[in-house]
Amino acid sequence: MMNVKVLGGGCSKCETLLANTKEAIANAKIEAEVEYITDFAVIGSYGIMSMPALIVDEKIVSMGKVLKSSDIEKFLK
Amino acid sequence: MWTFIQDQILGMKWLSALIGNLLTALGFDITGKIGGSIQFFIYDVIKIVVLLCTLIFVISYIQSYFPPERTKKILGRFHGITANIIAALLGTVTPFCSCSSIPLFIGFTGAGLPLGVTFSFLISSPMVDLGSLVLLMSVFGVKVAFCYVVLGLVIAVVGGMLIEKLHLENQVEEFIRNAKHIDIPQEELTVKDRFKYSAEQVAGTFKKVFPYILIGVGIGALIHNWIPQDLIIRFLGNGNPFGVILATIAGVPMYADIFGCIPIAEALLAKGAKLGVVLSFMMGVTTLSLPSMIMLKKAMKPKLLGIFIAICTVGIIIVGYFFNVLQYLLV
Repeated sequence: MMNVKVLGGGCSKCETLLANTKEAIANAKIEAEVEYITDFAVIGSYGIMSMPALIVDEKIVSMGKVLKSSDIEKFLK
Repeated sequence: MWTFIQDQILGMKWLSALIGNLLTALGFDITGKIGGSIQFFIYDVIKIVVLLCTLIFVISYIQSYFPPERTKKILGRFHGITANIIAALLGTVTPFCSCSSIPLFIGFTGAGLPLGVTFSFLISSPMVDLGSLVLLMSVFGVKVAFCYVVLGLVIAVVGGMLIEKLHLENQVEEFIRNAKHIDIPQEELTVKDRFKYSAEQVAGTFKKVFPYILIGVGIGALIHNWIPQDLIIRFLGNGNPFGVILATIAGVPMYADIFGCIPIAEALLAKGAKLGVVLSFMMGVTTLSLPSMIMLKKAMKPKLLGIFIAICTVGIIIVGYFFNVLQYLLV
């Protein structure tokens, strides 16, 4: 199963990315586990400096951007 | 020529006149309190929204060239006070939201940047940005805007150096001090990508700050037409030597966007508040806020957080009095 992580500090931008990601997974009709990571120690271990970020199967696909669900779907293939 | 740009393009005085004429045609008395408030409200909302959309677009385009990863690399090349100055300058062009402050802290520390350099960046980033520069030009004129930016950068540089001198590295939480240096490859952006990013930033920022603009302009319109001038002069003008301190202390815990502060500041100034009082309030609101303090508390121990807040507050108060003294030269 695909693993998707949304990294963020809990602000509205991060929450929006999380919601869009869930929407993209539902639209793409795939099985994926979504984790919302707000622990800064974990975020720091990825070396990411712009929030929010999106990680698909441990690969960083986006940083500092609130992606639309249609854009997220492209990363889920 | 410059006055024309100042008043008509940046200040949009023609818009105010147009709305005034329209309201008069509709039967409102714009010299009265209600008519005057409506004119101020409509004019200010339109002006700020137009400025906001144009500015955020241009700024985001410039910012797309300075992701924090690049800023981190640039800063690694400088030492001493030069590093603090470059950090403060880059703070004005690197995209920043309060959620990113700790990841930035981790990234900078992991790259071996001194604590003081990181703090110069963390102070300047919310306090001074390109948006506030142009917005201040539109409302208060070029000289005030220029001084605001320069003094903001001075607070950031001096604040960072003070924190460096106090050797507070042990006041930073363990997980940040132990951060490893990780470099993430940066994707190459095309012009089209940058345009798309800028357009998204405009839409996102607009949605986020529009309520603040309405509230800010609403309060501004109230001050503009309903609060007696002598009251403002007594508390925020020549009548009160502690105006700057009061304004700073009131502004620090508040969270608002600079786009929401400007109409309040504009109305207060027009009513006789001192320039330094108004600007120190704005600096306090934008630089520090309860939400950002709660966020930063996760990264540093209370002593460092306290010193950080104290340095910013004292710096803003000094700058406020400086503006009060120089007001006759600037406005």
